[in-house]
Amino acid sequence: MIELTHITKTFKVARRGKGAGAAVKAMFHREYKLVHALDDVSFHIGRGEIVGYIGPNGAGKSTSVKVMSGILVPESGACEIMGYTPWKQRREYVRHIGVVFGQRTQLWWDVPVQDSYDLLQAIYKIPNERFRLTCEMLTETLGLADFLQTPLRQLSLGQRMRAEIAGSLLHEPEILFLDEPTIGLDAVSKLAVRQFIKQLNAERQVTVILTTHDMHDIEALTDRILLIGKGKILHDGSMAGVKHRFDTYRTLTLTFTPHTEPVPLEHAELCSWSAERAVYRLDTAKTTVSQAITALGGQLNILDMTSENPPVEEIIAGLYREHNI
Amino acid sequence: MLYLKYLKMNLRSFLQYRLNTFLAVLAQFLSSAVAFAGVYLLFDRFGSLGGWSLGEVSLCFAVTLSAFAITDCVARGFDVFSGSVKSGDFDRILLRPRGTVLQVMGSHFELSRLGRLLEALLVLVLAVRWLGLAWDFPKALTLLLMLLGGACTFTGIYILGAAVCFFTVEGLEFLNIFTHGGRELASYPLTIFNRWLRRFFTFIVPFGCMNYLPLLYLTGRAEQHAALYMLTPLLGVAFLFPCVLVWRMGVKRYLSTGN
Repeated sequence: MIELTHITKTFKVARRGKGAGAAVKAMFHREYKLVHALDDVSFHIGRGEIVGYIGPNGAGKSTSVKVMSGILVPESGACEIMGYTPWKQRREYVRHIGVVFGQRTQLWWDVPVQDSYDLLQAIYKIPNERFRLTCEMLTETLGLADFLQTPLRQLSLGQRMRAEIAGSLLHEPEILFLDEPTIGLDAVSKLAVRQFIKQLNAERQVTVILTTHDMHDIEALTDRILLIGKGKILHDGSMAGVKHRFDTYRTLTLTFTPHTEPVPLEHAELCSWSAERAVYRLDTAKTTVSQAITALGGQLNILDMTSENPPVEEIIAGLYREHNI
Repeated sequence: MLYLKYLKMNLRSFLQYRLNTFLAVLAQFLSSAVAFAGVYLLFDRFGSLGGWSLGEVSLCFAVTLSAFAITDCVARGFDVFSGSVKSGDFDRILLRPRGTVLQVMGSHFELSRLGRLLEALLVLVLAVRWLGLAWDFPKALTLLLMLLGGACTFTGIYILGAAVCFFTVEGLEFLNIFTHGGRELASYPLTIFNRWLRRFFTFIVPFGCMNYLPLLYLTGRAEQHAALYMLTPLLGVAFLFPCVLVWRMGVKRYLSTGN
């Protein structure tokens, strides 16, 4: 469905020294620095996949989303999406995609949400009956009914994001690009947005490309992650695979009847100790949770215990570190 | 039609701020009324200007100002275009399956400029009365063509100005020479200016074609080829084509450089 082969894009960035002298000099002669935003990027995404596109700021995420959505022409390489070359057949192609930028709005600020939708209907030439059905479906699943007649500027951030997502789905796109869809949202809205994206993907086979810095989005939604750094694809694989690779420890938290002397544990680091609570970090390459509990149970009267996986942020940070980005 | 939908959205936006909109319309009306008062006082003191009477100059003034006001209403999106590029709004336009020119025009409709248009139309009525012309169909048509040609010329310049944003982000102010400068210049019959200015503003940027040349026809100064003088405003419409062409080149460039 989406096929990128050897895509390269370089930007020329003007370089200027500091101070007034350099500013004057720059008016006559400029030095440029070449920035390789995309450096031989290739990947394939099939219909109905949800792909998490991650990487630090400036890694090339938004450049590649721009290439895939047809608003930036790469220097070399090929990009074929649903049989189109996005920037060559822009007007035909963009009918099939929806794009949500978490930080920008595509709806009108001062008019009710419904009016913006009506304008979008005219822009995309959506037949009345079809438009009505899609609107109803989106209103129900995203819970828009309460504020469809309210001007956008009076909505909360969570309501706005839901309205925004609905706005980019009115023309029933087959591919949805989401750029930080949960940024700044409260916990309830975040969950609602994630739930909706999942449902959309499951029921309508919409292919979703999600760029985000929120690792919980990634964990909740994607089966596959693409890691980009310095313009190159560094990792392409399942979330489970990445987790497995960086899943090297367990955090074990215990409460017990008062015991003043700290108890050391083999193949584990004692992170904190108080009279009735202790936190250990187990090296899972050398030991298991069950071994640790057996060892500790002999010396402590354990009241309660939890074992946690490394947080997903740390897994991703590990991935960034490994690739030195 | 899509443009009408856009128009409706713009009106609804303005109606959210009724008082503000009303005051803006009033301010536009008054400021152009003051400009015309200047012209009137000039004639009150000197009687005529280079052989042109108050009625004739008023007609020039009114046609130019109306055309400019219409353009400022409908093509405002091009005037504020550099902002749309910086804010990424233009990216959004590219993500929609419609032409860019229509979408940019639809994105901003400047209602307050209707105040200016109202004042200009008032002067037009006065000018027609002062001229005391015998109106017939060809003359009325010529007047309409003058407005159309003028609005197209100004729109063309706005589009060119916006297209420059694709090539550079600096030095756009100089284009005001053509919009505001052009408006001032075209408010008077071209003959009062120097030869080079006249030629430039007839053949390159066809301001002369929207009022001076057809004015010759209206006031009966064009004895031969009357129809030619009558139709010169259409050159203003033709002026749009090269402007849109430059715009298209700009969009192409934008696609390859990004922002």
